[in-house]
Amino acid sequence: MRLPCPCCGDRDIREFTYRGAALARPGEGAGIDRWDDYLHLRDNPAGAVRDLWYHGGGCGAWLVVERDTVTHAVDGARLAAEGL
Amino acid sequence: MARLIAKTPAEGLLPVEVAGVRLSEVDPGGLTSVAALGGADIGAALKAATGASLPGPGATTTGRGGARVVWFGVRHVLVMGPPVAALDGAAVTDQSDAWCTLRLDGAGARDVLARLTPLDLRPSSFAEGATARTLLGHMQASITRVEDDAYLILVFRSMAKTAVHEITEAMESRAARLRLT
Ligand SMILES: [Zn+2]
Repeated sequence: MRLPCPCCGDRDIREFTYRGAALARPGEGAGIDRWDDYLHLRDNPAGAVRDLWYHGGGCGAWLVVERDTVTHAVDGARLAAEGL
Repeated sequence: MARLIAKTPAEGLLPVEVAGVRLSEVDPGGLTSVAALGGADIGAALKAATGASLPGPGATTTGRGGARVVWFGVRHVLVMGPPVAALDGAAVTDQSDAWCTLRLDGAGARDVLARLTPLDLRPSSFAEGATARTLLGHMQASITRVEDDAYLILVFRSMAKTAVHEITEAMESRAARLRLT
């Protein structure tokens, strides 16, 4: 598996660390249910997912990667710094 | 007052030559990390300070006094050569003692490196002057192709002995494979 880092180009999976689903952080004053959802509840979909990967063995950027858990296709990646 | 003895990171370990490939330690002069703060555009300031233009991702540039500017990450470059003073809009740190700088050269150097890094080293994707942050074994590294058959490899100073060991082992593995053919 290779991920298309926007800085480095296509790179081997061993250069990356998986973080988890790319979710927007609850806003200030969000209730406990919203935080519980953000921290603990995941859908585990068969299909398209968006998750965070760290290119620690490369440029050091955090990426949002779009991929498909059924076909294993990787559809793209961009810098997480540009927003989730 | 203790008198400290200056030692290079790979002191006493190099050079090594195996089957036409040489691994040696290089004194880069100085290593200065230049990281742009926020969205600052530091191209002009870097040019004024080093004579080199700001390299984009995966690229290197050269400047005055043998300065080589190596892309080192997101909005981050490493200046190899003459020290760099403060730059407007950038965090500038002297990292001369933090890295071990190695040179791997000779016909077959690419085959040796290919045993250690997942990087695509084919000339079509890693031309002369290209650079990459990548892995060397399990170590984070910076690899720059400085000539057709020559690479500069930077690893953290604390990894010097491991890097020399792993690269030397790859050189010997390649030589063993050559003896079979
Ligand atoms: Zn990258």
